Amino acid sequence: MSTALKIDRLACNYRKQAVLEDLSLEISSGEIVCLLGASGCGKTTLLKAIAGLLPLDAGTMTINNKVVAGDDVWLPPEQRHIGMIFQDYALFPHLTVRKNIAFGLRHWPKAKVGRQVDRMLELVHLQEFGNRYPHQLSGGQQQRVAIARAMASEPDIILLDEPFSNIDTQVRHDLIRDIRRIFKAQGVTAIFVTHSRDEAFAFSDRMAVMNNGIIEQFGTAAELYFQPRSRFVADFLGKGSYLPVSMQDNGTITTPLGEHATPVRQEFVQGQDLEWLLRPQSLRLRPDAAGKGIIIEQTFMGDSCRYLVELDGYRLTVNSRELLAPGDHVELLVEPHAPVLFETA
Amino acid sequence: MKSGFSGGAVVSWLAGVLLVLPVAAIFYTAIGDTDELFTHLMNTVLPTYVGNTLVLVAGVVLLTLIFGLPAAWLMAMCRVPGAALLEWLLILPLAFPGYIVGYIYTDLLDYAGPVQSALRDWFEWSQPQDYWFPDIRTLGGAIVVLSLVLYPYVYLLARMAFIEQSANLLQSARLLKASPWDSFRRISLPLARPAIAVALSLVAMEALGDFGTVSYFAVQTLTTAVYDTWLGYSSLTAAAKISALMLVAIFLLISAERYSRRRQKLFQKDLRRPENMRYPLRGGKKWLALIWCWSLVLFAVGLPLLQLAGYAFDYFLASWTREFRDYTFNSLLVALSAAVISVLIALVTAFYRRVVNRRLSVLPMGMASLGYAVPGTVLAIGVLLCLTTADHWLNDVAGYLGWGRPGLLFSGTLIALVFAFVVRFSAIAVGSVESSLGKVSPSLDMASRTLGYGTAAMLYRVHLPLIRRGCLIGALLVFIESMKELNAALLLRPFNFETLATYVYNFASDERLELAALPAILLVVVGMIPLILVNRSLEQQHL
Repeated sequence: MSTALKIDRLACNYRKQAVLEDLSLEISSGEIVCLLGASGCGKTTLLKAIAGLLPLDAGTMTINNKVVAGDDVWLPPEQRHIGMIFQDYALFPHLTVRKNIAFGLRHWPKAKVGRQVDRMLELVHLQEFGNRYPHQLSGGQQQRVAIARAMASEPDIILLDEPFSNIDTQVRHDLIRDIRRIFKAQGVTAIFVTHSRDEAFAFSDRMAVMNNGIIEQFGTAAELYFQPRSRFVADFLGKGSYLPVSMQDNGTITTPLGEHATPVRQEFVQGQDLEWLLRPQSLRLRPDAAGKGIIIEQTFMGDSCRYLVELDGYRLTVNSRELLAPGDHVELLVEPHAPVLFETA
Repeated sequence: MKSGFSGGAVVSWLAGVLLVLPVAAIFYTAIGDTDELFTHLMNTVLPTYVGNTLVLVAGVVLLTLIFGLPAAWLMAMCRVPGAALLEWLLILPLAFPGYIVGYIYTDLLDYAGPVQSALRDWFEWSQPQDYWFPDIRTLGGAIVVLSLVLYPYVYLLARMAFIEQSANLLQSARLLKASPWDSFRRISLPLARPAIAVALSLVAMEALGDFGTVSYFAVQTLTTAVYDTWLGYSSLTAAAKISALMLVAIFLLISAERYSRRRQKLFQKDLRRPENMRYPLRGGKKWLALIWCWSLVLFAVGLPLLQLAGYAFDYFLASWTREFRDYTFNSLLVALSAAVISVLIALVTAFYRRVVNRRLSVLPMGMASLGYAVPGTVLAIGVLLCLTTADHWLNDVAGYLGWGRPGLLFSGTLIALVFAFVVRFSAIAVGSVESSLGKVSPSLDMASRTLGYGTAAMLYRVHLPLIRRGCLIGALLVFIESMKELNAALLLRPFNFETLATYVYNFASDERLELAALPAILLVVVGMIPLILVNRSLEQQHL
């Protein structure tokens, strides 16, 4: 797979404040990548820097092996061959859907433009809406027009800035699935920005979790969820509990839940006090009147229940299909997995 | 980042600087040059003029408050019968030039007028010594007349403020057993205070800058002093010194307005007051409210309009003259040029601000808007100072090159008039263009850039079509204001050149307004257009 975008040691400042620092990222073509982070982490800045809407202060950027920003090079957005979709869709209110989609095709021959617009309308299932104006469409339809407009000129990369935040929750999931299907069918390379991990999980192939202007970790959803490299990533991607453990010389860890084997990890020394991340899915509970765990809280979630369990003074979050009440005694078991350990904060 | 708009930047700054020059010239001349005439005036009449001006401004501010505030509260808070009609009739007085209203009341109320004649017949008085009747051609008369045409500022802004106050607040007050008077005094009025302060400072600025009314009533103020020192004594320096004095007063007024506006965030804007929340009016209160509002309409709109219509009927042929048609054409020409130039300046400066997002890039827009606060008479002096200097340079250069003497190319021609109108009214165009450009989402800019458009192509294909309405309204408002403008036109019109406004004013000051009845009606009707526009857009906001 060829490289669609390569960012090397990029830095970006805003009013002399560093927004992005020493940031590197490589994306293959045909891949859908998500930049995930809380507001103010620099994810939108990175997106705009890729589009050329913001200047870089350092670093180089290559799109399809062509340097678009770097030493003495800076291509303006109109020369980068990038499509962008905005939070408010940015449809031109004075132009019909067809004219919006054709907006970026002004140097194409006329007949070809018509064919391309037809193809795009079909792709996003809006064949009957070509002559409407944006304000006559629903939010989801406007979103699909924005996507058709961005895809029409067949850009190298499509950038999406919080594309689903203005869509009702009920239709959001369907829309995400639809768009992912379209992108995958057309082999589109896409980068999108969101603060919602659910959107990131549903839409992307790989995701970069950002914090304070750097990428904390880049990988697939499962890698990031089950093998986070930092507490920030661990906490950002979902619920988890921490238990204090200590490292033994034989590669095992001593924990309140007994001894567990762990692959040898160079960064930790023997006898060091560490913390063990346990996802709710990594724990199992069994009703047992003699068990050491006591249910503190129950949250009913439909297909399962989430419990807060107290064990030796530690509180753990556990998912289970068992229906139990606060005060019940349980035994806690650990599902086999490679333990995630962090230095004690 | 490259902006691709460097031409626009140059034009923006050039326009900004050019439009600030007249004001700068006034201060430069006022501070730099010494002048015996000014010292002489200072020691003789100027203190009286300053006193008259202060009394005039204070009186008009007080009286517009008395006229406008109760009307605003009644229309916003009570169920007044016929409110839909009354609401906008109450705004119309703004369309009347003060000197026309002054003329009409003089005609009605002086010794030979119908009122005094009727009184004499009734009481069988025979001569002026038999009775006392107020003389309208005094400072007091000027205050009343100006208040009649200016109270709509207070009415409009206070009514807006009352309507925008959250209905919940007033409902809470009623549940806490506050009477209408209580809730007005303790809730509505304090919340509306910033808006009222803005309105009063506008009124004060208008009163300070008024020339037509005070000069018709022969009341000496600073404005007439500027006029007289230039036309009577031909001293631009003394005129500039008095102008600088007025500009300082204007500056203080604007600062006061800004200061009172700093709390305007407090306003809650959305909830439309349900009709049944308005206080019902019954019996005597209803009649009082109706009499108050309809009297304002009658005295400020009804009588003057009737009287003008009467003149027009009686003197139709006498006022349907060639001059009328020529001067209408003159006015159209000047106003149209000013409107087009103002909108072009507004477009360039607003686009510059949009494309170049730096702290300084907002400045040309502000510079282009500065002239709005400057009274027409003062502005005319500033324009004269700039353009005569430019003419001198031009003639010197032309003489040096052996091209003869082109004469007063700037200061003696229509260029001076158009320039003054552009300086004075660009702010309106800038405001209109800026506000419609503000409604264009910044993401449209970014979308256009990523779709392969450079700055110029983007502005032409996306922004221009989207703000067309704002441009048209801006142009229309500048056009109408320029049609009506009297003060600057009186000082700057070329020899043997009249606009509609100067033409009507000349007839009024010659006590022959009847013969200019048609142009006067035209002026008033043209002035009503923006009021209807404003009222309609206010209503749309509150649907």
